[in-house]
Amino acid sequence: MADEKEELEPLPSVLADGLKRQVLAVQDYAKLSFESISNAFTPPFYWADTLEQMDVIGVGSLPIIVLTGFFIGGVLVLQTAAQFERFGETALTGDAVALALVRELGPAITALLVAGRNASGIASEIGSMVVTEQVDAMRALGTDPIRKLMTPRVLATVAMLPLLTAVSDFVGLIGGFLVAYFTLRLGAVQFWTRAIHALDFGDLVQGFAKPFVFAFIISTVACFMGLRVKGGTQGVGRATTSAVVISSVILLVTDTFITRLLLWAFHK
Amino acid sequence: MTRAVPPAESRGQFSELVPGEPVISFKDVRIGFDDREVLQGISFETLPGETKVLLGEGGSGKTVIMKLAAGLMRPDSGTVTVMGHDIGAMPENELLQFRRHIGFVFQEGALFDSMTVSENVSFRLDEEGVDEAEADKRVHEALRFVEMEPAIERFPGELSGGMRRRVSIARALVDHPPIVFYDSPTAGLDPVTCQTIMSLILRGRDLQGVTSLLATQRVQDAFSLANFRFDKSTNRIVRDKRENGNAAQPTNQAQRPPVQGGALKQAPTPTISKGRDGEAASIVENGAISPTNVLVLREGKIYFEGPADELLRTSDAYLKEFLASAR
Repeated sequence: MADEKEELEPLPSVLADGLKRQVLAVQDYAKLSFESISNAFTPPFYWADTLEQMDVIGVGSLPIIVLTGFFIGGVLVLQTAAQFERFGETALTGDAVALALVRELGPAITALLVAGRNASGIASEIGSMVVTEQVDAMRALGTDPIRKLMTPRVLATVAMLPLLTAVSDFVGLIGGFLVAYFTLRLGAVQFWTRAIHALDFGDLVQGFAKPFVFAFIISTVACFMGLRVKGGTQGVGRATTSAVVISSVILLVTDTFITRLLLWAFHK
Repeated sequence: MTRAVPPAESRGQFSELVPGEPVISFKDVRIGFDDREVLQGISFETLPGETKVLLGEGGSGKTVIMKLAAGLMRPDSGTVTVMGHDIGAMPENELLQFRRHIGFVFQEGALFDSMTVSENVSFRLDEEGVDEAEADKRVHEALRFVEMEPAIERFPGELSGGMRRRVSIARALVDHPPIVFYDSPTAGLDPVTCQTIMSLILRGRDLQGVTSLLATQRVQDAFSLANFRFDKSTNRIVRDKRENGNAAQPTNQAQRPPVQGGALKQAPTPTISKGRDGEAASIVENGAISPTNVLVLREGKIYFEGPADELLRTSDAYLKEFLASAR
């Protein structure tokens, strides 16, 4: 009987239910994100947990950020140099690398790497705690899991991602310079002077405003996915994948809008 | 009627346990998940110092009742009152304060696997900002109580299932809560470990005077609590000889005293705390220890409520079948 009833359910009703669930999920996400931030302004504060997460997210991500940043800078020079050579303007390589890295590639690629490395880690860690009732145990012991687990991760990511982006930008420029030096025979003074002069205040604001927003997206989506895990270890796996995919997609979509907004704000 | 041992220092608004007044009260509580109503109008009361054993088949709603009582879930309708407070209507931040005054032993222990045994047990004390030396002392006391002191620096992953439950009991009792919820504490354990766990629950009840809900599928757990008590003078678990009709005669091997010459015999004298021990001792000496009542759930409703011996003497076909299968 139940199966027959299910089969007879009209398509609009099924779609409406699906839509309601999605809207409800967005509402839950918004509430959770707001709570995680508002917790940062009222005691108790979990500074030790925040520092530990800063170490995991910041220091732990440093090798991969340095490595990828270096090669992204290098490959950027290789790609742009060919175009500049056609016009005999290889000196502009420094400008192109600096602008592309600081404005866009540095923040976006660093955020994507952190999303891949840390969003998965956060979602699986919190998700495992949910399925083994550790989160319920925390609540039963009178501790708010959002305050204890989520807020430190959000604060740590928001504090660390801009720093990682700065490192990535700098290492990327070094990588770009080395490739430019060996392939284009561009001098150090010429490269660095042009690279630094190409950047103005608006570019720096653009480059360092984005990581704050991206960090917030990565950490809140990861925690949200972890905290709503259902279905045992399989559910943890699904949440981990969703955390990386959804946070990556949202941050790239958001990137477009932030870029447009900041370009408008700085009259570019 | 017995009185629960007064709680540890400053329990604030949750400190009032009035003798004779129910500590836990469910009134027509309903809750459902995915179109299935798990609890269909549950009503019962638990008095101070009483142990209510929740029996029932898997999925009958035992764990849900405990999570509702702890405010970890909210009912769809009806009221859940604990120590005079409507738990279902309480905002989460107040619930967090409230939960600091209850103990909860989860089915699988739910220990924090990235923390050591010591850190697990001291978690609540650390959260409350208890002085490090005092916290350390109380952690050692609690672990000594469950005979897990040697494992103090080990991680939960290095412990057996029974050891994890014992640490979980220590974590629940470390702050001397007036109410403790035990969710299937003996599930999946071997008979000897089950006896050890039940002896710890008995000791918690008779030394600390806690009011408790205990969910289990093992009917002998109910009889262990109903028929035996911890005698502080001999430091042994003895048969309860009170004439209140609560002590039923065990009828099979599983209902033997939980520990006879086992772990308890070798156990050091529990030292929960000076003041509390004094009071707990008087409770035991007066012979007025907590009564144990059984509540059998069936298909979301209460099928039986009463003393364990009444359940044992039942002529109801379902209960007879349940008793036979749950042993």
